This record gives sequence, C-alpha cells and structure tokens, in this order.
Amino acid sequence: MLTRLANPARFMRISGVVLVPLGLAAVAVLAIGLYLALFVAPPDYQQGESVRIMFVHVPAAWLALFAYLVVAMASALALVWKHPLAEIAAQAAAPLGAAFTFVCLVTGSLWGKPMWGTWWAWDARMTSVLVLFFLYLGYIALANAFDDMARGARAASVLALVGVVNLPIIKFSVDWWNTLHQADSVFRMGGPTIDPSMLWPLLIMGLGYLLLFKTLLLIRMRTALNEAKARALRLAASTRHPAEPVPDATPVLR
Amino acid sequence: MSSFQSWANMGGYAAFVWPAYAAAFVVLGGIAVQSWRRYRATLRDLERLQRSPRQR
Repeated sequence: MLTRLANPARFMRISGVVLVPLGLAAVAVLAIGLYLALFVAPPDYQQGESVRIMFVHVPAAWLALFAYLVVAMASALALVWKHPLAEIAAQAAAPLGAAFTFVCLVTGSLWGKPMWGTWWAWDARMTSVLVLFFLYLGYIALANAFDDMARGARAASVLALVGVVNLPIIKFSVDWWNTLHQADSVFRMGGPTIDPSMLWPLLIMGLGYLLLFKTLLLIRMRTALNEAKARALRLAASTRHPAEPVPDATPVLR
Repeated sequence: MSSFQSWANMGGYAAFVWPAYAAAFVVLGGIAVQSWRRYRATLRDLERLQRSPRQR
C-alpha cells in the first residue's frame, strides 16, 4: 500500500479520486459526533455538563499524538530512503498536528478551570503536551529555515525523530507521575472504564477528527506537489529563454 | 427557562463549554480553509503556467 502510493504521479491520481469523498465523510461524521456530544451524551455525575468539553478535547489529544507519529515515520522514510513523498507528507502533517495540539491545550485549559480550579499546572501531562506543541513549531521553523530546501528538510527530519522520545512520556505521564490530569480511561490495559454512553460519542468524534486530518493531509500534500511542479515549469521556461527576463520566476512560497 | 436556554446554559458551565467548542471550531476550521485556499491557488498558478508556456 505504502510503496504503491509512494510515487508522486500515482499519489496525485489516487488522492484526487479519494479527496472529495473523504472530505464529505469527515464533515458527516463530525456532524453526527457533535450531535451526540451536545445532545445525546449524558452529563457526568461529578462534572455535570462540563464533561462535554471532553468530546473536543480528548480526540484532539489523540490526533496530536497520531500526527506526530506520521511526521516521525515519514521523516524516517525520508532520511533512510530519501523518497520525495515522505518529506512532503511529514511537512504537510506538522502544521495539522500543531493545530490539534493547540486545540488540546486550549480546551484542556477551559476544562481545567471549572474542574480543578486552575487554567494551567506544570504537571507532567500538560508540560509534555506543551513540549509536543513546541516540537511541532520547531520542526516547521527548521524545515523552512534554509534556502536549500533539502537541507532544511533533513534537519527537520532529525528533530522529528529525536522528538519521538516525548510520545511515551505524554502517554504514560499520568501513570509515572502524580498528575493533576486524570489517568487514561479509553486506551488502557483491561479496556475502557468510561461509560458506553460517553465512549461512543467520543469515538465518533475521534473518527471525525481522524478523517479531517487525513483530508487536510491529502490537500496539503497535493499543494506541495503542485508547487514543486510550478517551480519546475518556471525553471524550464527560464532556461529555454535565458535572455528574456522571467517576471514570475520567484518560487511559490512554501 | 426554556429547554433551549437550559441546554445553552450547560448546567452553569456555558462559559467554559462554548469557548472550548468555539476554539476547536475556529482552529480546525481555520487550518481547513487555509489549506483549501492555498491548494486552489496552486491549481490556478499551474493552469496559468501551462496555458501560456511561451510567456514564461
């Protein structure tokens, strides 16, 4: 699957077919998820209606971690096999991961204030997720910091791989340290402890976020490939007529 | 209080629940719109380049 898709021309063909259905599925699943989250799921016996923040907060955390895995695995593929699509995938996923991490932090803060009495605490879970956010920003900055795009991509890939160490820290922070943050209640040994009436809306919101991530990932990868094609066309045109000035020869901003 | 009002009140947590949903909507919707617009821009750019190759 991965190797068959790992050809830019074939990727453009397949992603072009998949893009619209995937986007429509994302919108539909998110609509169902929001309906369940806001109207169907019951209030929590301790937290009351504030528990509804969970349905936008927890899936954002899942996607923050998942997107980082995508960035890191694509970076590894780029470093070892030097495949151009891998770098494009990593750089397309990073801003999406940063967005999900930001949503996770903001909604968590809005949940923490009424439930814990504080917007923020420097506990292990929150601090490690903040570090994840900065890793994303560092990756994006580094990838765009060099005039030579290949050099920037290589440096950013190394950073992405080093940053993988943060993922288990985030995941197990609530077990390893005493955190204000509660322990996992969905993806844990022995199965979920959360009630099904809340688990289902949560999983559907998670699926909606995942479909949104995949749709935007394809769009951003296609954008990057289009930009590369435009650069190649401009370069070819300018070498064919070297005497003529090329008005639009600046590469498209990445 | 009507049933809509009591729903919108979120058991007294409206000041936290709605900003959380709004933040998620604005950030994720924002990056979706930005991604789509940039994608459309590259399509227009490519079309322009391929239509008039000699001018470029």
